[in-house]
Amino acid sequence: MVKVKSCLKWLFIGLVLLFIYAPILLLTVYSFNEAETISSWEGFSLDHYKYFFNMDNQPLPIVLQTLALAVVVATLSTVLGTIGSIGIFYSKKRTSSLLNGINQIPVINAEVVTAISFAFLVVAINVPKSTYIPLVVGQMVLCTPFVVLSVIPKLKQMDNNLYEAALDLGATPTKALFSVILPQILPGIIAGFLLSVTLSLDDYVIAAYTKPNTFQTISTHIYSLAKGGTVNTIKSSYWAFTAVIFLIIVAVVITLNVIANKKAGKKQ
Amino acid sequence: MTKTKKAPIFSRKLLAIPYALFLGIFVVMPLLIIVYYAFTDMDGAFTLENFKIFFSGSGGDSFFETARFKTIVQSFLISITSTLVCLLIAYPVAYIIANCKLKNKSGLLLLFIVPMWVNFVLRINALKEVLDWIGIYNKPQWNLFNTVLGMVYDFLPFMILPIYTTIIKLDKSHLEAALDLGATPVTAFLRVTLPLSKAGIMSGISMVFLPSMTNYVVSNYMTFNHTKIIGSFIDECFKNDLWNMGSVTALLLLTLMFLMTWATGGFNTESETNTRGTSLW
Repeated sequence: MVKVKSCLKWLFIGLVLLFIYAPILLLTVYSFNEAETISSWEGFSLDHYKYFFNMDNQPLPIVLQTLALAVVVATLSTVLGTIGSIGIFYSKKRTSSLLNGINQIPVINAEVVTAISFAFLVVAINVPKSTYIPLVVGQMVLCTPFVVLSVIPKLKQMDNNLYEAALDLGATPTKALFSVILPQILPGIIAGFLLSVTLSLDDYVIAAYTKPNTFQTISTHIYSLAKGGTVNTIKSSYWAFTAVIFLIIVAVVITLNVIANKKAGKKQ
Repeated sequence: MTKTKKAPIFSRKLLAIPYALFLGIFVVMPLLIIVYYAFTDMDGAFTLENFKIFFSGSGGDSFFETARFKTIVQSFLISITSTLVCLLIAYPVAYIIANCKLKNKSGLLLLFIVPMWVNFVLRINALKEVLDWIGIYNKPQWNLFNTVLGMVYDFLPFMILPIYTTIIKLDKSHLEAALDLGATPVTAFLRVTLPLSKAGIMSGISMVFLPSMTNYVVSNYMTFNHTKIIGSFIDECFKNDLWNMGSVTALLLLTLMFLMTWATGGFNTESETNTRGTSLW
């Protein structure tokens, strides 16, 4: 009886994993298909990969510029968010809970509402989209709150006496900030940065409303391809990209797990 | 010897100023602009006409017969179904992982989270290809099903994560006490574990409900632009220069968001479960 139950449990887990992974795995397999469809297998080929990894074709430059945008947005968000977190943490209760509340708005708001309202602002203050400022600031609105949400818990865990001790021992406040507070909240800062990168890479709606017309991100490009529905070579080269991304992520996760297990082993 | 303290030239509080300005200009201001457009007409004069039009249909026809009404009902239908399906899948998954005997629980959990790191349009594209392959893509009778499937596929991790975080932290002694006092496992689960994991369920719901009502990329992609949800309506309003109507809709959504967040305690930043993915790293 117990065995049947435990079998059913793992069967359920397996089915859900199948649901999550089947589409990605299927695309991975068919990224090696000679044809540009998954309806029939016409022999093994690396054509999709060759097409994708050629700088003369559209996809690779778009992937690279999406990455560059993500790094810029994440860096700016992390700096702004970290400074903001420290400020919020040491503000009076009323100020800090007000700012924390506003900080929650972009987190829980529907993305399309965030995007449309931000687009209204862009029109109102008349900043041309071709300056990239609307795009970068728009994505910062999306990312910075998450930086704050990752940094503030670390500030709470911190031992406040250390900062006071540093001041008593003659450190200037700036020095104490950089050499006492920052190292302790570093894990939160890194987490916020990584989260911002993934949010920016994943964003479609904000980018669609704020990007310069000539600029494409991965999301907006694939979405525009789906609308046209014709350019199959480009579309299937993105399958190759999906496969590559997926394999990189799997490799990273396995490495992280191995490292974690080794650490756990050492402790024991 | 008393220590003479210099007046602090540098106060850590002041560091909040840049971010406070940023929030004021780029988060609060845009929302005020939405309120402005919702309550004004094309010439900028105050009016409640937009709300009247929204709730009545433009040509004098009843609101309940308009395409807008259909979109709203359809939207809620899709959103409620997606949230329920997510919950029905996510709760058992989170429960099984949290209570399994494996050493590496977080490794198993990670398997469910990893897909989040593949760009969501790419993932939805993958799902679409599968539906196309099975032969149910772009068939009118399958559109609603496909939309819900897309939403569940996209948002499932956001439901699993907060529920898992709550269950893993549960104090096992409550459950043991219930069992010792003679409760059957089912009763013990229903009256102890489930109520105690309410916080996780609530934040999971708030993470799935609104997005599956507004993420028009998923609905457009999964149905070849055939199934409309509130998000696509707002998008079309903006693109067709119907800013006042778009703002009314956005404002109503915003109100819904505030009500939901208030009801589920989402503005309480003390709880650690209410943010997508922050607990992940």
